[in-house]
Amino acid sequence: MSSTNIPIYDSAQRVHPALEELRESIRYRYLIRQIVRRDILTRYKRSVLGVAWSMLNPLGMMVVMTVVFSTVFGRDESYPAYLLSGLLAWNFMAEATTSIMRNLVWGSSLLQRIYVPRTAFAISSIGTGLVNLALSVIPLVLVMLVVGVPIRLSILFTPIAALLLTAFSLGLGLLLSVFAMYFPDVSEMYKVALRAWMYLTPIIYGEELLANGGAKWLLVVNPMRYLVNIFRIPIREGRIPVWEEFWPAALIAGVMLAVGWLVFTRQADEFAYRV
Amino acid sequence: MSLPTVSDSLSLISPKRLDEAWGEEVIRFENLSVRFRVPAERMRTFKEFAIRRVQGKVSFREHWALRDVNLSIRAGEVFGLVGHNGAGKSTLLKVVARILKPTTGRVWVKGRVAPLLGVGAGFHPELTGRENVFLNGTLLGFSQQEMEEKFEQIVAFAGLEKFIDAPLRTYSSGMRARLGFAVATDTQPDILLVDEVLAVGDVAFREKSTARMNEFIERGTTILLVSHSMNTILSICHRVAWIHQGRVHMVGETEQVVAAYQANRDNAR
Repeated sequence: MSSTNIPIYDSAQRVHPALEELRESIRYRYLIRQIVRRDILTRYKRSVLGVAWSMLNPLGMMVVMTVVFSTVFGRDESYPAYLLSGLLAWNFMAEATTSIMRNLVWGSSLLQRIYVPRTAFAISSIGTGLVNLALSVIPLVLVMLVVGVPIRLSILFTPIAALLLTAFSLGLGLLLSVFAMYFPDVSEMYKVALRAWMYLTPIIYGEELLANGGAKWLLVVNPMRYLVNIFRIPIREGRIPVWEEFWPAALIAGVMLAVGWLVFTRQADEFAYRV
Repeated sequence: MSLPTVSDSLSLISPKRLDEAWGEEVIRFENLSVRFRVPAERMRTFKEFAIRRVQGKVSFREHWALRDVNLSIRAGEVFGLVGHNGAGKSTLLKVVARILKPTTGRVWVKGRVAPLLGVGAGFHPELTGRENVFLNGTLLGFSQQEMEEKFEQIVAFAGLEKFIDAPLRTYSSGMRARLGFAVATDTQPDILLVDEVLAVGDVAFREKSTARMNEFIERGTTILLVSHSMNTILSICHRVAWIHQGRVHMVGETEQVVAAYQANRDNAR
């Protein structure tokens, strides 16, 4: 046996916890895949239509919301595409952040018994969200074809926008989890806050509504507005976002991920001590 | 009441004898301490916490689960840990398993650790036995490929070939325990952590698992065993440490430590 094969664990080895966590979650990538698989399988396992639900679910919601809100806001014929792309981006963030909290609470009983990098649970939640997001692009394209919004090549930019949304959601989810680990009611409070946040973000109405209503500052301070925008522009306007639209979104996503990751990994050891 | 101190009992084993009997050092604790922070009053909600924070009433009681532990365990040893409930035995296993980080001091572990604390970790009732084996295995840190290679063997050992594609909710608790034990031990771990979990499953399986333990011992696997059963300790341990209120009270040859521990326990009654 060569000594290189034998893993050595030395608590005195000083690696920054944020880096160590990153290294370990890469090492546990198979686990991340298994948890994503489990989440997708168990959600639909005992239902007749199975995984089709992850497409039918957003499709149904899209149809209802399009029909309802098109009559209110929709003078523009591209309104359905505006609403749907915004909803997809928003729902991804909302679901990812809440499920990060839920998954980490599920994981905390496990973490009393075995070592697993805690962020693996958070990354799995994001992974599940991404699978669902990818699946809901199919109904999105369907709806766009039906209502006659042209599908342009610029739609290929959406994975980059999704990547920034992923970074933002992971960072925010980790940050919220730090509180949720200590106080279970944080996740309930977040649900309420999330709803308010959604209605303050131009998802179902246009940005003009806030800008003309004298509440332009609401647009400026809302980080999600920038991220939703760069996801929406390639779908609705059929163009790639310009630099001025892109950099604030990238900056917000990057900072959120860095802050969330650092705060979470700093606190992670404390979780185990405080039982 | 005077009890033998650590330094007295350490001298019971001369370093030379240890070198002859056992291989190189695989686990070392250096001045290891672990501190828990227990909230003085339980605060369940964030609202409560915020109110108390404003009032300046948030306080924590510190509890040292382990204090200045110094131990060295060598390859091939079966090392027992005895002590009262809450003495810190399980905390010590958790430190080796990386579940807890030392608050101060150092722990050094060489080799692959199989924590029997994690038997059946993450089992999901809606998934099939097969899917659970993979989920549980990756939770224990194995790769997809490793699990594929070991899969047949795991199922055979658990004796669940016929049921492996049925959902776990249809399994009896004994079947679940068998599957969990099979995944956790179907490796060549260098170090095995056992926390009184051998009493799982039916008699036939218990014999099987005991046989596997013996197999491990013969193959030279280092075992760290926490038990309240002095019979188990006496029959398989080479050395024993007596943990008392987070400190190593005595360490040495099995018979001596167990005798001292039992005498103390009987006195206390």
